[in-house]
Amino acid sequence: MLRQDDGFHGRGDDVYGALLSAHEGLSDDESAALNARLVLILAHEVGDVARLREALALARRSLGAAPGPAPG
Amino acid sequence: MSPTPRFPYVPPPELAGATGRRPVVVIGSGPVGLTCAIDLATRGVPVVVLDDDDTVATGSRAICWAKRTLEIWDRLGVGSRMVETGVTWSVGRVFHRDRELYRFDLLPESGHRRPAFVNLQQYYVERFLIERAAAFPDLIDLRWRNEVAGLTQSRDGVRLEVTTPDGPYALEAAWVIAADGARSPTRTRMGLPFEGQRFEERFLIADVRMKADFPTERLFWFEPTFHAGQSALLHRQPDDVFRIDFQLGPDADPERERQPERVMPRVRAIVGAGTPVELAWCSVYAFRCARLERFVHGRVVFVGDSAHVVSPFGARGGNGGVQDADNLCWKLALVLAGEAPEGLIDSYDVERGHGADENILNSSRTTAFMTPKTRVERLFRDGVLALAAEAPFARRLLNAGRLSRPCSLAGSPLQTPDGVPMPGGVAPGSACPDAPVRDGAGRPGWLLDHLGGAFTLLVFAGEACPDLAGCADLPRVVVGPRPLDCPGATMLVDPDGVAAARYGAGPGTTYLIRPDAHVAARFPAPDPAGLARSLARAHGRADAPVREAA
Repeated sequence: MLRQDDGFHGRGDDVYGALLSAHEGLSDDESAALNARLVLILAHEVGDVARLREALALARRSLGAAPGPAPG
Repeated sequence: MSPTPRFPYVPPPELAGATGRRPVVVIGSGPVGLTCAIDLATRGVPVVVLDDDDTVATGSRAICWAKRTLEIWDRLGVGSRMVETGVTWSVGRVFHRDRELYRFDLLPESGHRRPAFVNLQQYYVERFLIERAAAFPDLIDLRWRNEVAGLTQSRDGVRLEVTTPDGPYALEAAWVIAADGARSPTRTRMGLPFEGQRFEERFLIADVRMKADFPTERLFWFEPTFHAGQSALLHRQPDDVFRIDFQLGPDADPERERQPERVMPRVRAIVGAGTPVELAWCSVYAFRCARLERFVHGRVVFVGDSAHVVSPFGARGGNGGVQDADNLCWKLALVLAGEAPEGLIDSYDVERGHGADENILNSSRTTAFMTPKTRVERLFRDGVLALAAEAPFARRLLNAGRLSRPCSLAGSPLQTPDGVPMPGGVAPGSACPDAPVRDGAGRPGWLLDHLGGAFTLLVFAGEACPDLAGCADLPRVVVGPRPLDCPGATMLVDPDGVAAARYGAGPGTTYLIRPDAHVAARFPAPDPAGLARSLARAHGRADAPVREAA
């Protein structure tokens, strides 16, 4: 179950600002590469494979695209 | 709406040979300059206000006035007028295309006199402030068609050259408050850089008059179906006037976009073809976030838009300016009376500089969210919009304006940090929250009617009067669950304990309240020596020897 409380502890705007700042001055390819690396790092911080799969499924659903591989 | 008032030019006494130095001259009679004049007058300080025009703002301009601003205007005796005429709201809704993503209530709890916001056209605000200023005929000298043409500073004052329809004159002042707006001629005259970030995006503001059944809420759309690919904002104002704000993109031609034949189709797309609509005012603008590095330059103090400008999303311009006035005027009054060192004025720069930075940060972030500059910014923004329907965390990242709230002055040297941990309540530097109370005769009222104006001791009581022997000789307000006869104090009854809960108070909890109704210090029990130290500190005398009260 993905967390439903405020994981940002009221500092969501700071988090969002930090994400945008990290991309300043990068080309589109570099930004995509940065995002991939960041996902790897944060996936490791989450650690729990089941929760990660839920997050991946949510992201995939929000694309409006075909569902990803079944969790398992 | 009545026609635009014209205020009469009166030849100033200087043209008839009058001389003499004025304690304070305010340049500019917008909402912030007028608030300064009235605040100073309530403190007995005579003020001359100079304005190059003879009327109020044209067009609605600023419309959203926050709870804190209304509370400041309450202290100045003009809050009710604003609220009675204004449109009260506290709910905002955010849509993506046709789907509602998020609804927020800015004031979900009861027990506050004032709502989260009222919408009121700036021309009404200025008129009500001008009428209020007229209640101080011996203290406020409001001079229409008096334009400042020159300014020279000496060590302890300012000389202004002023032009009038009858010719020029010179005016000497101990202090000048520059409240002359975003294009401040005073700022230009003094050669002060106004630095910040300019946004490329163009916006159309249209004020339209119509009978429409939009709710009295702030409605914001990302990528609305009626205005593809952009954003839009709608606010209700008095007199059936609605403010609609359309994002136009960076390449819009301002001259072309303000033509009614371009504006009206955009308006009809949102209100429907069947609603009769009249265009009251419109403007196309790009905005910037900028501030003076310092707000105090010798004896010239900048307030409001002359000191700092932000984007309109968040209502942080006019409200920030009124908070400037609230912060500055008691300090000027104390310095002019010789009751505080001149250095106290520097704390205005520290405290409101902090407020301006907070407003600029919030306003810049909103703008970044609304108008992504790069492909990756757009990917993040669109990701938040797409996730927001399902994931609560993403709704917190949606940024359609972070609306003005009182800023905390916790980092300022005037405040005394808690000496012992005091969980909950109102931390030093915070604006005082309101609460419903009854006076000694049982009449219902509001706590904030008794705070602000002068330094005040706010003391919470249990079954007996608190022992305030030796405490600073200040106005005292005692709040308790039952009426008590406490000598020398105003008794307020808090039957349901709302005030005690909001202030985290038990019997004995003592707050030192500043003249702008912010907490300067607090103590678990009356502490004469601690109060004396905190009071000296709040006067800008941090190094003053401790004066033990008799």
